[in-house]
Amino acid sequence: MPAIGGGGETMNVAVVQFPASNCDQDAVHAIRVLGHSAWLVWHRETSLGPADAVIIPGGFSYGDYLRCGAIARFSPVMQAVGAFAEQGGLVLGICNGFQVLTEAGLLPGALVRNRSLQFRCEHVFLRTVHNDSPFTWRADPARPLRIPIAHGEGCYYADEATLDALEARGQILWRYCDATGAVTESANPNGSLRNIAGVCNERGNVAGLMPHPERACEAILGSTDGRFILESMLSWRERQAAIASRPVAA
Amino acid sequence: MKAKIIVTPKKAVVDPQGKTVQSALAHLGYTGVRAVHVGKYIEIELEPGTDRAAAQRALDDACRKFLSNPIIEDYHLEIVD
Repeated sequence: MPAIGGGGETMNVAVVQFPASNCDQDAVHAIRVLGHSAWLVWHRETSLGPADAVIIPGGFSYGDYLRCGAIARFSPVMQAVGAFAEQGGLVLGICNGFQVLTEAGLLPGALVRNRSLQFRCEHVFLRTVHNDSPFTWRADPARPLRIPIAHGEGCYYADEATLDALEARGQILWRYCDATGAVTESANPNGSLRNIAGVCNERGNVAGLMPHPERACEAILGSTDGRFILESMLSWRERQAAIASRPVAA
Repeated sequence: MKAKIIVTPKKAVVDPQGKTVQSALAHLGYTGVRAVHVGKYIEIELEPGTDRAAAQRALDDACRKFLSNPIIEDYHLEIVD
């Protein structure tokens, strides 16, 4: 497959595959389209391989029985993901992957049934809250991202004290907004508190979001805005190295 | 012996299912309904001769770690003969 992105260092991305994951192949495809290497890691594996980053993809892991992500979080591979995150590795959870990471306690809050009770499958706009993150640094907060969602249980919930702390620490990375970037109630597809579409952990190396950036990386799919998220993650290490080697100003 | 576990959404969490059921009850003419909360019921059959206190402790642990999510849900655990 021709590499059409980047041109810099090739990153190796492990994409975790649970029974009933269904965006796993999409994630692998998107990473390869962006010129990097990706492979699948079955849920029973205890090692992620030589991964530079991990994606927990969308789907309905273990049938979403009990609660979305509740069973997946106890699978053997999640031990490896937890250890990888503990070492500072980049982990991105998309849709069901976001639910798995909250259930695993790697991300704050929880995802509950959409306020409308409807499964929502459509393109939405996301406001990048700030670009001081491995998952957002290539995005312009002034330009809304158009990315699809497809979920029935994406209403973000955390108690008020947690929400205030997330805001204060810059852990809210994306909010649902309208085409102009305004964060409004009508632009919120699922009732998420404070229009939250995605968050990161306190350290900043684990993030999750309900929208699907991997479905928005090629023009033929109607949007390429997902690249701003995936390419941020894929080029973060290179950027860190560039910053470290920059001469100190006199 | 079996364990009966009832998991309900915390009061602070919006419960659209409960609200929808409440609205449907009103449409059907059932009056006097103040609120409806929809949760789930889990019944666990225990092996005969299981120590009741030990089962209570183990299942309490399972409720906190797995069967409910303490961020969004409360649970009630009861072991009956």
